[in-house]
Amino acid sequence: MLNIEIDGKPLEVEHGSTIIDAADAAGIAIPRFCYHKKLSVAANCRMCLVQVEKFNKPLPACATPVADGMKIYTRSKAAVEAQQSVMEFLLINHPLDCPICDQGGECDLQDIAVAYGASGSRYTEEKRVVFNKNIGPLVSTDMTRCIQCTRCVRFLKEVGGMQELGMVGRGEHAEITAYVDQSVNSELSGNIIDLCPVGALTSKPFRYSARSWELTRRSSIAPHDGLGSHIEVHVKDHKVMRVLPREKESINECWLSDRDRFSYEGLNSPDRLKVPMIKHNGQWQETDWKTALEFAAGQLKDITKQYGGDALGVLVSPNSTMEEGYLIKQLSEGLGCGNVDYRLRQTDFRLDGKRTGTPWMGCNIQEIEELDRILLIGSNIRNEHPLLAQRIRKAVANGAELCIVSPLDNDPLMDVAHKVIVRPNDMVNVLGQILKAMSGLQKLSLCLPPTLNTLLEEIKVRPNTQKIAECLAGISEELILIAPKVGIFLGNMALSDPRFTEMYSMAEAIGGITGAKGGILPPAANSTGMHLMGVMPSATGMHARAMIEVPRKAYLLLNIEPELDCQHAALATDAMAKAECVIALTAYKSAALENADILLPIAPFTETSGTFMSMEGRVQSFQAVTRPLGECRPAWKVLRVLANTLGLNGFDYNSSEEVKNKIFHGEKPSALVWRSLNNNLKELVEIQINIKKEGLQRIGEVPQYESDPIVRRSPPLQKTKYNIRPMARMHADQLTELGLQDGDLVVAYQDKGSALLKVRLDNHVAKGCVRVAAAHPLTAGLGDLMGDITIEKASTEHAALYEKQLTEMA
Amino acid sequence: MAEQTTKMATRKSSSAKKAARPVVMTDLTGQTLVTLRTLNEKNPASLATYEKLGGYAQLKRLVTEKIKAPEIINQVKVSNLRGRGGAGFPTGLKWSFMPRYYDGTKYLVCNTDEGEPGTFKDRDIIRYNPHQLIEGMAIAAYTLGARVGYNYIHGEIWQDYEIFEAALAEAREAGYLGENLFGSNFSFDLYAVHGYGAYICGEETALIESIEGKKGQPRFKPPFPASYGVFGKPTNVNNTESYASIPWIMQHGGQAFADLGVPNSGGSKLFSVSGHVEKPGNYEIRMGTPFKELLEMAGGIWKGRQLKAVIPGGPSTAVMPARAIENATMDYDGLSKAGSSLGAGSMIVMDDTTCMVKTLKRLSYFFYEESCGQCTPCREGTGWVYRIIERIVDGKGKMEDLDLLTDLSNNISGRTICALGDAAATPVLSFIKHFRPEFEYYIQHGKSMVDGK
Ligand SMILES: Cc1cc2nc3c(=O)[nH]c(=O)nc-3n(C[C@H](O)[C@H](O)[C@H](O)COP(=O)(O)O)c2cc1C
Ligand code: SF4
Ligand code: SF4
Ligand code: FES
Repeated sequence: MLNIEIDGKPLEVEHGSTIIDAADAAGIAIPRFCYHKKLSVAANCRMCLVQVEKFNKPLPACATPVADGMKIYTRSKAAVEAQQSVMEFLLINHPLDCPICDQGGECDLQDIAVAYGASGSRYTEEKRVVFNKNIGPLVSTDMTRCIQCTRCVRFLKEVGGMQELGMVGRGEHAEITAYVDQSVNSELSGNIIDLCPVGALTSKPFRYSARSWELTRRSSIAPHDGLGSHIEVHVKDHKVMRVLPREKESINECWLSDRDRFSYEGLNSPDRLKVPMIKHNGQWQETDWKTALEFAAGQLKDITKQYGGDALGVLVSPNSTMEEGYLIKQLSEGLGCGNVDYRLRQTDFRLDGKRTGTPWMGCNIQEIEELDRILLIGSNIRNEHPLLAQRIRKAVANGAELCIVSPLDNDPLMDVAHKVIVRPNDMVNVLGQILKAMSGLQKLSLCLPPTLNTLLEEIKVRPNTQKIAECLAGISEELILIAPKVGIFLGNMALSDPRFTEMYSMAEAIGGITGAKGGILPPAANSTGMHLMGVMPSATGMHARAMIEVPRKAYLLLNIEPELDCQHAALATDAMAKAECVIALTAYKSAALENADILLPIAPFTETSGTFMSMEGRVQSFQAVTRPLGECRPAWKVLRVLANTLGLNGFDYNSSEEVKNKIFHGEKPSALVWRSLNNNLKELVEIQINIKKEGLQRIGEVPQYESDPIVRRSPPLQKTKYNIRPMARMHADQLTELGLQDGDLVVAYQDKGSALLKVRLDNHVAKGCVRVAAAHPLTAGLGDLMGDITIEKASTEHAALYEKQLTEMA
Repeated sequence: MAEQTTKMATRKSSSAKKAARPVVMTDLTGQTLVTLRTLNEKNPASLATYEKLGGYAQLKRLVTEKIKAPEIINQVKVSNLRGRGGAGFPTGLKWSFMPRYYDGTKYLVCNTDEGEPGTFKDRDIIRYNPHQLIEGMAIAAYTLGARVGYNYIHGEIWQDYEIFEAALAEAREAGYLGENLFGSNFSFDLYAVHGYGAYICGEETALIESIEGKKGQPRFKPPFPASYGVFGKPTNVNNTESYASIPWIMQHGGQAFADLGVPNSGGSKLFSVSGHVEKPGNYEIRMGTPFKELLEMAGGIWKGRQLKAVIPGGPSTAVMPARAIENATMDYDGLSKAGSSLGAGSMIVMDDTTCMVKTLKRLSYFFYEESCGQCTPCREGTGWVYRIIERIVDGKGKMEDLDLLTDLSNNISGRTICALGDAAATPVLSFIKHFRPEFEYYIQHGKSMVDGK
């Protein structure tokens, strides 16, 4: 600790801190523009100049480390003169037309100018004008307002992982710009809006729609990935106007992914279902709640009475709340139905009954930064959990080594130490190789099931897999780490794979040897919560996949669009079409619900209260930030009244809090969570290592802006480059083998279904695979996300059909 | 676009430099040349010439006799050699800042980026005596444990760059650069880097950024290059003339070098004399030589006119009216006592037909155009200052402008990331201080007091 003095106040500060750190900790205000605690120090704005004893010129507080005995004056004549002069310089070329600037009212320059600026200007020369740049559908630019602080540049480079903005030109001609004709494509790009201290970068969707002081700010939790990021929702006249991050160091720090920031535009979509609807003779009719609920209850009763509870299938979105999950589970039980599931994009359920608890990520989000070695299995991490990717990027910047086993070679925008890119079928073998190499390194005799031991004997360890094993063991080119902190995580592609059980078991075995932390990366906001609530089939019940494979007489859908949210789109559509009755609790009236019979309008997360449990087991409740649109009702209420109408007992909740209390038995949630989270298996399962070698495999990734009904309806997100139409993406060698070329039209067949797709050369795809995005109407005829697929060149009739499809979609 | 126009504009000024054909000579007494000792030979830049004059003998001696680094650094300290790039920082002291034990590559960088108007001495070193620079750098590399070196050469000098590349090839061929020199375990690779002509790339940390392939923008210091330089590794940066002095110091000893000059300013120094003199060019003279003597060597004021003012060390040093410089001596203390500084030794001489208002306009334009734009006071201030002076020259000046100019310059100075801010303020402050009536006249009459235009 060092002893210093700021403005006469004696302080004890940590060695290595800067003057601005010390002042911030002591609550002494120093003005600043370029400094940001999460970015490297640029010291270019010079606004933070302070006087330091024994120095003949003012020093920038943001870049000056404290020394023992230092005496600092932030308000002395010399300091204030320096600050005022910098303020004057900053303002000479600034437009000073705050009334027409979108940042007005929440602008650092405006605020600091009030405190440090003069009332008039001595500048009478001509002002500089800088042309605006179009950097994409999310961020709007007003470059004449830019004060060249380079926060945006540093953010994209250091946090986003790729320098997408830079300063070109010198002196007064210096301008912030993107690469020629390029937009800013980072999935974290919205953060530069928050970082920009002036109105140079503002939100394109929000721009000019409200003034900051007209907005009511309410706290909530982001609902699109497993992180549980803290958000602040800004509301005007009961409408969500924008979403900003709420600082939470241990989860989202001060950032937010673009998906969580801009999805709100989907809340105001014209697709919103505002009144209950019933289909009569193939025609949709609006109705009132009472009629709708009575009709729905009647249908449920009739069908379960006639065919048994088993005839009903209940499919639940993992983005729904714990309360909703709990109630729908109770309701199903009340109807004698054990077919309930939230794992809509899973196909391998062999681990059911073998788990000792709720699977989770196996460590805290913040701990990722401290890992020395990270193995990602089947995860396109930037697509799945953008902010988690950012944490891993930090770990890598701190010296961690990242290894990847995946069918996709997407650039994670950080250094990858070792990677093996293979067909999903071969991933199990690769993990087996790592395990075998590992046991060789550690000279361990593994306690593995005999069949696995025999299987491992057959496996040949390849050099690059050997490297991964060595890396995880702590051996690398430069030095040997004794007992490195290892994290092993399975992502969405692994979770959707028909051999998830094998991958999971291998990962667990490797983790056992390395003493790794880790687990699965639950894809949705409440995946872990749904598992904890037991929103899964009863011992005799059917899982999500079985429910659509063997069609049910009736379905109860919570917050899903079956063909877009299920593992097997074609089966899902088919099952819905065949059912006698489909009851959908939904916020949207969508084409994907054409086969439904009753639509009950429920409130999206902004219009209801509830609880999510995040990937790290954090139980976070939130309140409604606006009132429900039209006749929408919170889903927990709808489920409660539906249960009441069905005459079921035990549904007399008056608030979501009461449901929550029931769930946690009035205990602190952490107590239950602590008892429940567990990635261990009761027993190892028999596994197969060498699987079918021939044939093409589909990699059916869900693009991040197609992941759930809300984001699918956010126009700005849909305009980003991530939202390009699904194509059949293949490696160059694969194209040669099939005699295809980039741009060709092909028919992709899976099971009985097919899709017409354009071919795209994509060397990031493993050979033997076709990457065809899911959750899109164009691929709704296809099957398993990670399954066998065949590709054929399209005929001329197909070409005409394709054109027709395109016009229809437009 | 902006970059390109700047380059073209400076191109023009560089051909102006060429017109001022350097007459290089020793001082009036015929003292031995230090950094240009091959000059009077037939093929001054060739290896054979340099070897004939004892070149590379010092490098060989130090390496083969395994002379210890502290001993070499001590000689450099004794020599009183101060950095010739402008700041005058004692070279021996700078060398002692390099971390002795470091697990990784250390770098050596030579600054041949001279881009300040009126500065053209380093160019003559690489043109006429490149091997002495190479030897100097190799000795520094041996002393400081640097494995790799770069010589960053100004973007607008092509022929000289090629001469230096040729010298590098010769030195590599002859075994003065490369691996295990003279059979020892000392290895040193040296490369030339050709810049693009930005003045700011002469600032050592901007130069380092530029070597790394980035836009040349100064870094905030600390950390200094000695701890965080090229690619984040410990790096020693010196000026061309500084390195080129080293072989002489090693040959004759630090004391002999110190004795060439005066206390606090060791050795001889190259002065680039330009402006209104009969014989503009580079003059290598002993430190402490009277100004009058240097002026005489340069043939005196041209066309029989009178001396009006001198910028003694380049535009970043304060202008001196004739009376202030006339009795000064050309060394660090001498010039600082007389109210300016030695800078890089770029002496710009102005006769009595010079309009100081228009001269200042040109100088301010230079700094305005060359500011890297990174930090607020320099980016905004240099443009503001230039526009005011431009307005004055256009006949639209106001009396308050003079105080405003002074105030703005004081607000730039000392508040920026690098010294370009101070450099931009110095001419404004010193011109107005010494020639205020000329500015007032211009504002009142809308035309120059000197040329009436
Ligand atoms: C704007 C600016 C331009 C500079 N240009 C040069 C230059 O062209 N050549 C040079 O040697 N030093 C230049 N310097 C000084 C260097 O930063 C550095 O101090 C010098 O290269 C160190 O070498 P020395 O100690 O041998 O003088 C410049 C400094 C500034 C602030
Ligand atoms: S655009 Fe904003 S954040 Fe970026 S440099 Fe300019 S003022 Fe700073
Ligand atoms: S003082 Fe000028 S040149 Fe130096 S860093 Fe700042 S803006 Fe760039
Ligand atoms: S905040 Fe310190 S220089 Fe910008």
